[in-house]
Amino acid sequence: MTTLKQQLSTPHVLGIKDLTPEDIRLIFQTADEFKEVINRPIKKVPSLRDITIANLFFEDSTRTRISFELAEKRLSADVINFSASSSSVKKGETLLDTVNNILSMKVDMLVMRHPAPGAAHFLAQHIDASIVNAGDGTHEHPTQALLDAYSMQEKLGDLKGRRIAILGDILHSRVALSNIFCLTKLGAKVRVCGPPTLIPRHIAELGVEVSYNVRETMEWCEVANVLRIQLERQNIRYFPSLREYSRYFGLNKALLDELDGPRVIMHPGPINRGVELTSDVADSEHSIILQQVENGVAIRMAVLYLLAVSRS
Amino acid sequence: MEENRVILDAARFRLTIDRLCYQLIETFDDLRNTCLIGIQPRGVPLSDVLKKRLHEILGHSAFDYGKLDITFYRDDYRTRDKPLAASKTVMDFLVDGKNVVLVDDVLYTGRTVQAAMTALNDFGRPARVELLALVDRRFNRHLPIQADFIGLRVDSLDEAYVKVQWDPAGEENKILIFPDKNSAFDS
Repeated sequence: MTTLKQQLSTPHVLGIKDLTPEDIRLIFQTADEFKEVINRPIKKVPSLRDITIANLFFEDSTRTRISFELAEKRLSADVINFSASSSSVKKGETLLDTVNNILSMKVDMLVMRHPAPGAAHFLAQHIDASIVNAGDGTHEHPTQALLDAYSMQEKLGDLKGRRIAILGDILHSRVALSNIFCLTKLGAKVRVCGPPTLIPRHIAELGVEVSYNVRETMEWCEVANVLRIQLERQNIRYFPSLREYSRYFGLNKALLDELDGPRVIMHPGPINRGVELTSDVADSEHSIILQQVENGVAIRMAVLYLLAVSRS
Repeated sequence: MEENRVILDAARFRLTIDRLCYQLIETFDDLRNTCLIGIQPRGVPLSDVLKKRLHEILGHSAFDYGKLDITFYRDDYRTRDKPLAASKTVMDFLVDGKNVVLVDDVLYTGRTVQAAMTALNDFGRPARVELLALVDRRFNRHLPIQADFIGLRVDSLDEAYVKVQWDPAGEENKILIFPDKNSAFDS
């Protein structure tokens, strides 16, 4: 076992951009141990029994929210849940007021999802609690990128030099940006692919290749992380129709069968079946979509545990 | 005390291991309903050696053998100067109704053992739990915990540091005492 430093370099996990490659490896190594814990008959450790965590969701979520809540409960933390749709936010309370009110009830850590990019960074400048960004608008979704890279590493081994494609709606995707930061920090080769309207203009500056051809990208890559078309964030039409998108940029079995070998297929969910992925691809043996979800709990346990360690 | 000194040399070390193995057999017969569990990280080299020697003596390894990491069960994980690294837990059995022997190298404050017993709860309800420690520093305890099988009793000052030195080849294992913790890690 290589000796790693035992503490994260940051007091918050706001984005992968702020993490060092050592931080990422430390999170992975800790997640290995938690993965063993969640596969036991009694899936719980008492590490965070003196910590209270508030989950603040200002935007809808199923997977991430349940995954965080499970991670917190398996670490024995006290958990409170908050969702914007049923709170005083509707009455016009500001973000900082809402959060300060919650913190005055002695909460130690916050997990926040917010539709505004940078919301977690803004909070970090004003409050004392440790913050985990669970997605801020189209900016970052660090724990998703960590669990994606962790799942890839589990499948392929060290990611250095591995060829990874991110397909779909790159423009609106916080998962794409966090994935790019995370994978390039681990030394992987990353290519983004999608319709030109959904690829940000200067994305190559981040050290990724850009392609508009799905077939060619699939021939090149070892893993394809397929992203959802985020219709809720699209205020104009970026492509003529879903049917056309699916035909030119979706993955289907016929396309995958023509390649020289199997590719690992990933998706952060929720899947638009028949749009970016057909069902026979999403449910195939090469898809690790459900392993991603399992690893999500272990990764979030690791992140929360390591933040609690650095709080002391 | 200026420098480190050997308090158990290689020859006596082997004798001590043999004695501990025979004591285990004396207590648990052929160990068929017994689990030997090394506490990570430093109890594991000892439990490995015990397992090997027990196999030589008994001619079988019918007992369960596990490695238990207690990092996530410690009560001091946030108050320590240096955070602890988690190690692997390898427990592919449940301890329900079995005799458990927890194995650690040095029994000092007793806090590690307390955490280990908390961790053990997550693997079932053992019939009975006993503790084997290669070194018992009996005057430095913080908790009412005592070992059932002891390799060597060491009465020392609080600041002294006892270190078990494992030879990868298995020939030159020994126990050393240092005037303080820093000098133990400089050498």
